[in-house]
Parts: sequence; C-alpha cells; structure tokens
Amino acid sequence: MIRSLIPLITLFIISLLFAIGLTKDPSSIPSELINQKFPSFNLSELYDEESIVTEKDLLNKVSLVNVFGSWCAACITEHPYLMEISKNENINLIGMNWRDDRAKAIDWLKYYGDPYEKIIFDDESTLAIQLGVTGAPESFIIDYQGQIKYKHVGVINNKIWEKDILPVINGLNKI
Amino acid sequence: MFEEIAHFMLILALYGSLAQGYFSLIGAHKNSEGMMRAGRYTATTVFALTFFSFMILILAFVESNFSLLLVSSHSHTLKPLLYKISGVWANHEGSMLLWTLILTMYGALIVLFGKNLPLLLKSRAIGIQGILAVGFFTFILFTSNPFQRINPVPVEGLGLNPLLQDPGLAIHPPILYLGYVGFSVVFSFSVAALIEGKVDALWAKWLRPWVMASWSFLTLGITLGSIWAYYELGWGGWWMWDPVENVSFMPWLAGTALLHSIMTLGTRHKLADWTVLLGICTFSLCLVGTFVVRSGVLVSVHSFATDPTRGIFILMLLIIVSGSALSLYAFRSKNIRKHLKFEPYSREGGLILNNLLLVISCITVFIGTFYPLFIDAIYGDKISVGKPYFDLTFTPIMLLLILCMGTAPLLKWNKNSGGQIISLFKKIAIPMLVIISLTGLIGKSFWGALGLSIAAYLAITTLIAIKVRTKNFKSWKSLQPKTYSFAVAHLGVAIFTAGVVFMSVWSEDNINRLKVGEKLNVADYSFTLSSINTGKRKNYEYLNATIDVTKKKAFIKALSTEQRFYPTRNIVTTEAGFHFTMGPTIFTAISEGNSQDGWIIRANYHPFVTWIWIGALLMSLAGFVSLFDKSYYRKQEIL
Repeated sequence: MIRSLIPLITLFIISLLFAIGLTKDPSSIPSELINQKFPSFNLSELYDEESIVTEKDLLNKVSLVNVFGSWCAACITEHPYLMEISKNENINLIGMNWRDDRAKAIDWLKYYGDPYEKIIFDDESTLAIQLGVTGAPESFIIDYQGQIKYKHVGVINNKIWEKDILPVINGLNKI
Repeated sequence: MFEEIAHFMLILALYGSLAQGYFSLIGAHKNSEGMMRAGRYTATTVFALTFFSFMILILAFVESNFSLLLVSSHSHTLKPLLYKISGVWANHEGSMLLWTLILTMYGALIVLFGKNLPLLLKSRAIGIQGILAVGFFTFILFTSNPFQRINPVPVEGLGLNPLLQDPGLAIHPPILYLGYVGFSVVFSFSVAALIEGKVDALWAKWLRPWVMASWSFLTLGITLGSIWAYYELGWGGWWMWDPVENVSFMPWLAGTALLHSIMTLGTRHKLADWTVLLGICTFSLCLVGTFVVRSGVLVSVHSFATDPTRGIFILMLLIIVSGSALSLYAFRSKNIRKHLKFEPYSREGGLILNNLLLVISCITVFIGTFYPLFIDAIYGDKISVGKPYFDLTFTPIMLLLILCMGTAPLLKWNKNSGGQIISLFKKIAIPMLVIISLTGLIGKSFWGALGLSIAAYLAITTLIAIKVRTKNFKSWKSLQPKTYSFAVAHLGVAIFTAGVVFMSVWSEDNINRLKVGEKLNVADYSFTLSSINTGKRKNYEYLNATIDVTKKKAFIKALSTEQRFYPTRNIVTTEAGFHFTMGPTIFTAISEGNSQDGWIIRANYHPFVTWIWIGALLMSLAGFVSLFDKSYYRKQEIL
C-alpha cells in the first residue's frame, strides 16, 4: 500500500514546488537586491585576460548588464535587438559572459556582432551567484551610483524594451 | 460571423465533452448500452465541432481577417500561404486549439478502431478522454480564446517571427502534438483498466499500436525540431538542452520505456502495474511540458507569450488529472500486481533493466531541467545547470542503455541464457578491441573510440539477432513487421549514436573577417568568399554571399549564405549555406560587414551530423512499420 502511494506523493511534492515556482515570478528581482549596491567583483575582461573589470565600470552612467553565453539559444534571438540598443548613447551596455569558454564566446560575438562596451567574463559563476542569475539571457539596470534598479529575465524584444525597460532608463537619466 | 459560429461551436464542444464523460462513465458503471452508445456518438460529435471550428480559424488566417486579434498579431498579408496556415499554431491560442483538436480526434479514433474491445473498457476510456477534453476546452474558452475580436480593425498584421517561417517548423507542432496527445489514449486506457481492476495481455496488445504511433510521431516531431534548430539558428547545435527541448524529451524517454514494457505485458503477461503506472506518468509528463511552455516558469527560446493565470490553470489540470489517476493507482494497483518472478539473464531481465535505465535517464533530465526552479522554491536561491550537467550525467546512463539494448534481444524469454552471452562476448571481443584501437589511433580520442565501439556493438548484436531469427538470413518470409521494426529501430539508435560521437569529438569550426577573394580554412576544407550582392524579395531585404569550398584543391561546392532583414518585425535572420552529405557536412554563414573591412564569415565542419537525424528518422519509421503487424489486430482472447 505504502509503495503504491509513492507516485502520488511524488506528484504532490512536484506540484507544490511548481506552484511555489509560479508565485516566484522569475523575472521579478528578489526584494533584498532592489536599491542595493551592485555586488563588488573583480573579474577579467572577455577579450583580455589581463584587464580587470570591477563594479566601478558601472558608475557615472545608466548601465544595462546583460548575461549571455554562446551556449544559450535564446541569446541568439535576443542579440540583434541588443545591437539596436547599443546605438542608444544614454546606456552603458555591459556584457556578462556566463559559464562559457573564452574562445567560443569571442567567436560567437565575432559572428553575431558585439554590442557591449565591456564584457565581464564569469565562467565560474562568481558574480552570477551573488546576483542570483537564474538563466540566460537576463538583464540588470544599474543607476549612476551603482545601485540595482531593475531586472529582466528572458529575451529583451521591442515590446519589453518600450514597455518595461526604457521607462526605467529614462527615469534614471532625468535625475 | 463565421468566427462567432466557431466560438459557439467550441462552447458546444465543452458541453459535448462533459456529456461524453458522463454518458460513457456512468453508462459503463450501470452497464447501460444506450448510455454508452450516446457517449460514443458525442465523442464523434465533439471532434466534428472542434474540427470545423479549427477550419474556420485556418480560413481566417488564409484570408488575413485582421478583425481577429490572433490573426492581426501573428499574420501579415505578404506572408506566403504555407506560413499563413502554420501561423495558426505558431502562437499560444491557436496551438492550444490544435492540441485540443487532436485530443478529441483520438477520442473519435477510439470509437472508430475499438470495435473489438470489451464494451465496458472502451466506454470508460472514451469517458476519460471526454473529461480530459473538458479541462482543455475550459482552458481555451476562459483564458485563451482564439476568436477574440479586435476593434478598430487594423489594416495590416504584425507578421510572424521570421525564425518560424520554415517548412520544417510549419509541420513540427502538429506532428509533435500527434505524439504528445496520443499518449492521452494510453492514459485513458490505463485509468479505465484501474477502474476495472483488470489488466491483461489483450489490453496490452490493443494498446500497443497506439503507444507505437504516439511514440513514432513524437520521435519524428522532436527530430524535425532538431533539424530546424540546426539549420535555422545556424549555430551548429543539434540539441541545446533547452528546457522546452527537455520537456518533449522526457515523455519520449518514458514513452520508450512504456513501449518496451507493454511488449513484455502483451507477450509475457508481466509488468502489468508498472505498465499502467508508466502510461499515467508519460501523459503526465506531456502535461508538465505544456505547463512549462505556457507558464513562463523557465526561460527558453520557445516561450510563448506567457501569462501566470494560464500557468495556474494548467497546473490545476495536472494536479486533478494526474492526481486522480495516481490515487486510483494507489488504491487499485494491488489488484493487478502479480508477483514478479523472472530470471535475471533472460529477455525479461533485459527489458526490466532497459525500463530502469530509461526511467533513471528521464529523472536525470527532469532534475536538470527543474533543479533551478526547485532550488528557488525551497531556498530562494537562484542557480542554473546547463549542458555540462547533462553531458556528465546523461551520457554514462545512455552508454549503459545501449550496451543493454545490444545484449537483451539475444537472450531468451523466461530462460536463464547468460551463458550464450559470455560465448558471444568471447567471439566478438577481438573485433571490438580492433575497432577501439583503430578509431583511437586514427581519431586520437579515447572517448571517440569508446563511443564508436559501443555503437558498433549495438549494430553487430542487432544483426546477430536478425541472423538468429532468419536462420542465417535465409527465411525472410516468416519475419513479422514487428521484427523488422525492432531491427530498424535498434540500428537507428546505433547510427544515431555514431553521429553523436562524431559530432562531439571531431567537429571543427572557424570564423574570420573576409574580403572578396580571401579564404578561411577549417579541417581539410578551404572557404573562399567569391562574391557579395544585395537586393529585395517578397517580405525581406537580403545580403547574399557566394562562398566556394574546396578540399585539398578539389572544388566541392559553391555555397550561398544570406542575411535577411524583415522590416515588419525589425528582425535580422541568417540563412546558412549547407552542403549536407552522408559523411562530412560543411556549412557557412555570413554576418555583418562592409566592402572595406570585409564580412564576418563562419565555416563549420561537422562529420556525420546527418547520421543523427537519419538514425532518429529510422527509429520513427520503425515505429510506423510495426503498426502493420497483424498480430496486434487479431481478434482473440489470449490466455
């Protein structure tokens, strides 16, 4: 009897986790991160192992930190749109290459184009864990003082840009 | 006007499926012939209503009737006819209607093909099929109505994502759903069997072709998706371990276990309760897949426009449908459980090991896919696992499974025949060692050698099994379609495995900025950019490059690759230029550039990548071949 209950119990547990997963909108930022300083980090630049990127590279401009990887299929669909965004001069577009291989990522950018001002190379998830990255693509908006203001999980497209992201950026640029 | 009628027909279909469930289940309970007959008629009627409603939706897309919100947001007058039609299911609402259409179609097919079935069992299955349809019609009507009007009516539609404008992808969803939803039949019959407390060989024999058909469609659908991703995304990956790929792969793994266990049940009367449980779980995994794709709990390239209320609805449906089936299982399965007694080194032993490995691999994929979600739910931490996890965990299980696949068919039913295997190993040990060392030496890779020799082992043992069954390849006439099916499917897996090994060990690529006349080398090939031109076609502008490929100075082919710009959606896509062969496949793709600095060109060398899909297509074909096996349809009680 107990044995034949196992499948039902498993279903119950899984559904419960799904239900909790639903309430936790993956695109909403954990409240504890909002208005917090972007975690300090010290990682190498993608193209140049010697050069170091830190949280100071995010200051004095509104920055959009975009998590991507050459292994990520959704990033391919997002990328042309980032190329568009990079023409907008009011944003400091920073890439965060996550769980990737340096050579592969460089090839990937060579092919799809490189919209980023700088690229943080985070192959061991050092920064990703502090930021609570759930997957790629994912984007963070950082204000002039280096505070996290917004997080978007998933592909940025025209609709999301106009409706959710651009208003936040414009708001921050006015201050 | 037609659209309102179609909407109304869906409402009728909802009530119809309620009636279908009521008449069939209560009719079977009271053993009332009239009610059961009414249940069968309503099942056919519900299908007809859904079918006409779906046709009207197709018509609206073909005519570019932008007064429908769905048409205006997913279609465009300039789109070719094929993509106007496939636009129907390239969005959430339309694809849900297709899902439900196929569900009701299977209900009607049970009526049509179930003439030989025990009346009560058939009625109960039709009733459960009706209840499933109630859930999906409610979902469509309350959260995802495809016939929503829009006012004012736009003059032009927004167009379809150009990435989805591809013939392979146009038929990918219907084929995939034929597979996914086909498992609903297995689910309904499993629950019906639990209600009756009786699972026998006749049940298994009758259900086996349905499992086979669903499984073959699912295999075909997944393969089409993989081919699409390979040449349309043009990044050279044939499988990305994307969550949406995974959720179609899990029912496939469970379904593969199911088709082997139902075979054992049909011929050996064993594994009854296990088979029923697998039937329920396979369809539950299909529901989980639907939940993931539509709710947006995981990030993926496939995501539809997601909406949490839809997620809640499908989750509720999953809990109600699978929950009641599994509760029934908990209370009734002891009636159908028979004490399992088998020899470990017999064919049953092999099949049980096969089921065990398939279920473990399914759980592995499940954990890898949902781990991030669960960790978030439990600890509030956000993490992610990717390709490295799957490579590490999935590969060893598959290698074991392939070894088991090679060995089990050589064993005898119900008889300890391990001795045979040892003598076989002695015979093939030396040739195997030669294969391993040769591939190791030539290809300079231990893993490549190991992988290829395991694939070779499977091919050789499958041929030996055929040799035994045809008495040294002499008597082919007595061979049943199911034996052909077994051979083709297992050889398909061998070919597939070889392709995967070649791709993961020996593929190469290169990328550089080229001016006209310059070249790029990869493996033994040299890619020369010979010309560039631009222009405009139907609904896009293009930048076209012709690239001449030579191998050791011998000309192979002039490849053509394109960047396309779609103004209606402001999207750029790339059409890679391919040279597919049974051996090495080479392809090239162009990206941005100008005549001064040159254009970015990528060159790829993918040895035997086509074997991956040929292997998968053979598996699917094998499933369809087995449907011609007469022994499934013989009208007889088997003891």
